[in-house]
Amino acid sequence: MPKVNFTSALRRFYPDLKPFEIEAKTVSDILKHLNQNYPGLTDYLVDEQGRLRQHVNIFIGDKLIKDKIGLQDVLSKDDEVYIMQALSGG
Amino acid sequence: MTTQKNTLMLGTRKGLITFERNGNGWAHKNASFLGIPVSLTHVDSRTGTWWACLDHGHWGQKLHFSNDQGASWEEVASPKFPEGTEVKPGEVASVKYLWAFAEGGSDRPEELYIGTEPGGLFKSSDNGHSFELIESLWNHPSREGHWFGGGRDYPGIHSIVVDPRDSQHLYIGISCAGVFESYDGGNSWEIRNQGLRADYLPDPQAEVGHDPHLLVTCPNQPNYLWQQNHCGIFRSMNGGELWDDVTDVDGPAKFGFAVAVDHNNPEQAWVVPAVSDEVRVAVDGALCVCRTDDGGATWNNFREGLPQQNCYDIVFRHALDNTGDTLAFGTTTGNLFLSNNKGESWETISHNLPMIYSTAFI
Repeated sequence: MPKVNFTSALRRFYPDLKPFEIEAKTVSDILKHLNQNYPGLTDYLVDEQGRLRQHVNIFIGDKLIKDKIGLQDVLSKDDEVYIMQALSGG
Repeated sequence: MTTQKNTLMLGTRKGLITFERNGNGWAHKNASFLGIPVSLTHVDSRTGTWWACLDHGHWGQKLHFSNDQGASWEEVASPKFPEGTEVKPGEVASVKYLWAFAEGGSDRPEELYIGTEPGGLFKSSDNGHSFELIESLWNHPSREGHWFGGGRDYPGIHSIVVDPRDSQHLYIGISCAGVFESYDGGNSWEIRNQGLRADYLPDPQAEVGHDPHLLVTCPNQPNYLWQQNHCGIFRSMNGGELWDDVTDVDGPAKFGFAVAVDHNNPEQAWVVPAVSDEVRVAVDGALCVCRTDDGGATWNNFREGLPQQNCYDIVFRHALDNTGDTLAFGTTTGNLFLSNNKGESWETISHNLPMIYSTAFI
């Protein structure tokens, strides 16, 4: 099953957030699961239309996902997914 | 008679910061949401609830409330455009910024309003636990062709005025579109821009497309409205039916963002001038506060206690507030000033704050 990892920055808002494995075919599947376990968390990652926020990055392995609008990048069973913050701000 | 307010609440680039009256002065009390931009705060006069609008750089716009005066905070779902809503054909809408917050009338303690970029007015009827887009304004025929961004990428609602005499009577200010009025709680809207001037439009007297940087009313005489506009200072004595240009022709009170009105005397108002849009710094490198006591016919400029050389501060639209004879404003370079004599002289509360977006006495 794909494994999902998070930037430690999200633990400020979700202190119990931990890496986990999930049966998921796409990145979108992961986000649906996230909101069940951590209510409101997907709001931190995508806007109300489901698009990845501008300053959030999701990697599959070491590659950025391609579909930042529909989050339909396909996952393999051994993939590691990293939900990260972009480097921005000041 | 004005009840003395003893706390100053600041929305800043690095969190929500409070100062408390301490004897004859003011002392730093607390900081919440450290490191997170707080675009606006509000304390509900009906319930005592504190509200904070957060502008996370990474994680979007969030809304928090506190029922214990900031000791602890709880997040609630922030306003959202309905799925599939479009700013224009082919471009879906999402909330970019929480820019205005107002409580409903005293007879409707569950009602709250939030204005956003892009151009959405949201209403809560359950004390902030959920918000719904006011579709009548979003679908106003002027929006798609005549609203546009001013200072931000999309048009934004930064001012909401609820008539203290009538909870159904609302005004909003939009940059850039202008002033809109509703008599029916937001079900329908009238344009109230007559008398304004938009020098940046092909037709400066256009019905829509104006840039009221901030719209405020005199709470005890709500027929009086004031706005610091991109193109000057305007006052209405008839509820926005007609705006009078009261810009100081010979003095500095022209361009700026903030305006405050005395709560009892609708003829007395304050602005903090800046050099116009191409530059946006203090006029001649010096801060001053301008006050009119006669409805804008004449303006006095007060400088005592404010920096008068090498100063680059300007004051954002929500960063000036008044209560009784006391005023305070925070600046873009993190200075906080306070006056106890209606703006005639000023003392420094702090020089070391983050950029200040909003200042409110509570």
